[in-house]
Amino acid sequence: MELTNAIILLLNYTILPALTYGSQLALGAIFVTLIYGILRFANFATGDMMSFGTMFAVLLTYYFQSIGISFGVLPTALLTIPFAIFMMIFYMLTIDKFVFSYYRVKKSPPVQLAMVSVGVMFVTQAIIRIIIGPFDRRFLDGEKFILKATEFKEMTGLSEGLTIKSTQVLTIFITIVVVSIMFWFLNKTKTGTSMRAYSDNEDLALLSGIDPKRVVLITWVIAGILATIGGILYGLDKSYRPFVYFNNMLPIFAAAIVGGIGNPFGAFLGGYVIAFAEIFLTYAYKKFFAYLLPEALEPNSMVQLLSTDYKFAISFSILVLVLLFRPSGIFEGKKI
Amino acid sequence: MAFFEGNKMTAGYGDGPDIISSCSINVDRGEIVAILGPNGAGKSTAMKAMLGLLNLKSGSVNIDGKDISKFSPHDRIKQGISFVPQTRNVFAELTVRENLEVGAFLREDDINKVIEEIYELFPILKEKKSQVVGQLSGGQRQQVALGRALMIKPSVLMLDEPTAGVSPIVMDELFQHILKVKETNVAIIMVEQNAKQALSISDRGYVLVTGENKFEGSGKELLNDPEVRRSFLGA
Repeated sequence: MELTNAIILLLNYTILPALTYGSQLALGAIFVTLIYGILRFANFATGDMMSFGTMFAVLLTYYFQSIGISFGVLPTALLTIPFAIFMMIFYMLTIDKFVFSYYRVKKSPPVQLAMVSVGVMFVTQAIIRIIIGPFDRRFLDGEKFILKATEFKEMTGLSEGLTIKSTQVLTIFITIVVVSIMFWFLNKTKTGTSMRAYSDNEDLALLSGIDPKRVVLITWVIAGILATIGGILYGLDKSYRPFVYFNNMLPIFAAAIVGGIGNPFGAFLGGYVIAFAEIFLTYAYKKFFAYLLPEALEPNSMVQLLSTDYKFAISFSILVLVLLFRPSGIFEGKKI
Repeated sequence: MAFFEGNKMTAGYGDGPDIISSCSINVDRGEIVAILGPNGAGKSTAMKAMLGLLNLKSGSVNIDGKDISKFSPHDRIKQGISFVPQTRNVFAELTVRENLEVGAFLREDDINKVIEEIYELFPILKEKKSQVVGQLSGGQRQQVALGRALMIKPSVLMLDEPTAGVSPIVMDELFQHILKVKETNVAIIMVEQNAKQALSISDRGYVLVTGENKFEGSGKELLNDPEVRRSFLGA
């Protein structure tokens, strides 16, 4: 009984949140890795691009609510995803046409493009500030919980409750669907193969008749879908604070690098590695040990390795360790 | 008039000096033509000019009587001209089969039949079809490179030093493969350092010196020409 309680405790406070958070990071990390693998630069505007897409979901959710459209028990925001993606892709293609393509045609070194993306980041932040402002917004509606702690306790008779939030299930489910479709596209379709070929050997791809403009276009479209969905899921789960996405770039980049930059499947797994590391290392295990150990041995302290304030330090440490010891990433696998 | 010809081509890189001047090369279907010459003679440049990778200052390129001098490389590939670069000529991170699929990118029809034909030509590729090309040996990679280039069923195949960096045994094997490709009625132009071996399988050869045609003739003629032997064949 005590063991079950301890497991439920961990499930409730670490594993479920880590799976959710990991899914959100994974979507961002695949975005980073795709842009890096195909367009060949580290995109520092990643976080703010995710925020940009989410902003439209928030605004549209408010609009839908005002005209009385809802999605029943599910969040209205899900209905806005296609529109938000459309706006996001439109924005990305505009930026690409007026900013990135100039440097791509000039064949600028990747570091120059990375610096350009920092500029894009500032501009994107400014646009977000003008359109929606910097404030915290909640846009989650519909049924909040699939399983409440009290219900779980009644059902099982355990003293430890398990809460399953609808956003957690939605995040994990949508991520798996989106990522599966993306991998199918990259690995099984002709266009996907041509993208991987372009990423591998640009000159030979040209000699094989692959149109680089089309590859770039499709890359931005996929990136737009990933960024918007990742951003919306994160915003639903926490709340929409426009500039938190900028901070999330550290764990996202860490996830992409842990997975081997340019390797989408690695980035996907990397998201979970980072999320589990952050949550496991900052969780206070006092109650967990209280369940397992006899009363005499019960710990007095919180048994917390690091304060949650340091969670970014964990991403950063992992990033540095991987770059020092396994710079090609900890997962074997094909590059995009 | 030959099937594929470059007439009096003059070209250079960017605003730099002319690398080839008034250089002419032509080839018919089912024929192998070797371009030979010392380092810096403009062998690869002549081939790249025919592919459209650099612009001609004067002269013309024709295929089957049609002037394609103003075509982009992309449009020339659509005319059935395939090119195998000297280095980085495979997609190292893709599987053998994916390499072939990418080679057929411009084909709209069913490519499985063509892939089977390539497997017949290079049986080793069938055996390794699911393997990532980066893990193959040098000779096998060159076969993948040839296979990829053949996927569009080209009428002209251009090879830039196909045997660079492979062992003599593999070189012989590759030349045998090139002869097999020739039998499928493809016009083949190749730039080669291994002049003697290249001439032994070629129908004709051109010797370029400082970007101009110096000698030309059948493989035998060039092999037996005392001046060519002394200057370029080291005998």
